Amino acid sequence: MAILEARGLRKAYGETVALDGVDLRVEEGRILGLIGPNGAGKTTALNAILGLTPYEGQLQVLGRDPWTERGLLLREVSFIADVAVLPRWIRVSQALRYVEGVHPRFDRAKAEGFLAKTSIRPASKVRELSKGMVAQLHLALVMATDAKLLVLDEPTLGLDILFRKQFYDSLLNDYFDRSRTILVTTHQVEEIQDVLTDLVFLHRGRIVLSCGMEEFESRYAEVMVNPENLAAARALAPIHERHVFGRSIFLFDRADRAQLAALGDVRTPSIADLFVAVIGGSNGAPGAAR
Amino acid sequence: MSSSSDAVAGRPAERYGPTAFSWTRLLEWSVRREIWENRSIYAAPLAVAALVLFIMVVSSGNLSHWRRVLLQPDPVRRQAALEQPYDIAAMMIFFTVLFVGIFYCLDALHGERRDRSILFWKSLPVSDTTTVISKALVPLLVLPLLSFAIILGIQTILWLVRGAVLMGSGLGPSVAGPQVRSVPSPPALLLAVLVTALWHAPLYAWLLLVSGWAKRAAFLWAFLPFFVPSALERGAFHTSFIGSFLRYRFLGWWGEALGPRGQDRYGLQALTRLRPVEFLGRPGMWIGLALAAAFLAAAVRLRRYREPI
Repeated sequence: MAILEARGLRKAYGETVALDGVDLRVEEGRILGLIGPNGAGKTTALNAILGLTPYEGQLQVLGRDPWTERGLLLREVSFIADVAVLPRWIRVSQALRYVEGVHPRFDRAKAEGFLAKTSIRPASKVRELSKGMVAQLHLALVMATDAKLLVLDEPTLGLDILFRKQFYDSLLNDYFDRSRTILVTTHQVEEIQDVLTDLVFLHRGRIVLSCGMEEFESRYAEVMVNPENLAAARALAPIHERHVFGRSIFLFDRADRAQLAALGDVRTPSIADLFVAVIGGSNGAPGAAR
Repeated sequence: MSSSSDAVAGRPAERYGPTAFSWTRLLEWSVRREIWENRSIYAAPLAVAALVLFIMVVSSGNLSHWRRVLLQPDPVRRQAALEQPYDIAAMMIFFTVLFVGIFYCLDALHGERRDRSILFWKSLPVSDTTTVISKALVPLLVLPLLSFAIILGIQTILWLVRGAVLMGSGLGPSVAGPQVRSVPSPPALLLAVLVTALWHAPLYAWLLLVSGWAKRAAFLWAFLPFFVPSALERGAFHTSFIGSFLRYRFLGWWGEALGPRGQDRYGLQALTRLRPVEFLGRPGMWIGLALAAAFLAAAVRLRRYREPI
């Protein structure tokens, strides 16, 4: 059963096309990373999914139309739209009481349990907390809400590495189970490589790559090619070539592993490397990596 | 897919407990949230009340003032002099609450976009309609009830203090009667504050609309469209139709509610002549309420589309 299904999703702001015919299907129990450069349309896509903006094309989230059924949808969808959107005046205890007051699926005791593991005090106001603590508080609110879909838009932007690591650790250990679905956009792709089950690259409003992480690992290979094998490597049609400390690193899509092993050290590329290859290197000709 | 997928087909499964809260519960929490955020809603009227009470309690110890009042031969004027402190106290609270309401409304839909917290509020299952109505209820219900309670409190304290002073000074017997009559009945006061709020509904709704629309300088956007034409009219034609209209919308409730101009028109005794049924029959009232509803509907629609500034 698809948690989310989009067909020909399109959104334009005047002349600027933010989403240009996106087809996307997300199954239950997946953690999908939506990766793209600034202005790729990630936030627009999430806003459409959350019913925050009208759109053209077909979109169903949990079987509902997000724009017309937003109120109903939000009982089952949680989101963190950005870091630091919690109101600065609110006290931690007030935030818990309020969410308990308006959200039928919020478990206050659970949220208090998460907060007890942090240094956040209930009497503190949000404005007195550090940026990392605000993110922890927001995460505690979201993790204590029994939602089917969690949408995270740059949830760790501006946080230090310890908070970022802890954020995803908590999410995986204390929240995620196979009946939930998470959709996340971030620029800090290194940290979510091991978290994701699915990967989508968005560029100029189009999906330029979409694959599961198992497929990612079997499909893409990065080879540090020994100098004498350069010509042989190029003959195998790499999708990207770069040079680091005088060594050439090639990225292959669906190449024969045995052949690659003969050229040099083979390893699975990072999402960041593939991102550069697909979007940076080709300057984003849509569909380049399909 | 997980093994538990039989329980979840995109629609909420029963094991999650209640799937929705009643609209009134969402509204109640939204109003509570507004009061948490805007402490001036109660802090400002209470501060003014404390100040007014302090001054009046101190001045009620002034016996020469009492003698002057009691020497007043005309019984109507004597009564008016006795009532004056209660009137002043009530009016101070009335106007404080009006100003608090105006500034509250101007910021209500602007502040949440400015500090991006709208993204958090919108992540919760509270509709734009509920949110806007909860914000409108602050000047239309919370502030009137609060001002009612505060005025009643001030007047009771004042009445007790003044009574004690009179009794202690030996002046008591001659003014005890009029002094007792100088406080309006609580039901009349309650009606008066609610009627005032209804009369000001289009003003508050307009301010909410502007606060949801303007990117900055909501105050200017809210008032310039009225004051500039009014000034131009005065300069060009030496008339003041717009000005009279504004005065009518700000202060006209008193005349509309209490009927024709009388000697005690601005005194609290006038409240005893309040005729809510007739007042509710005035076209000015209904035109105002219709406008208020239209402004609020527009504000709801705006909030749906608006993003953080």
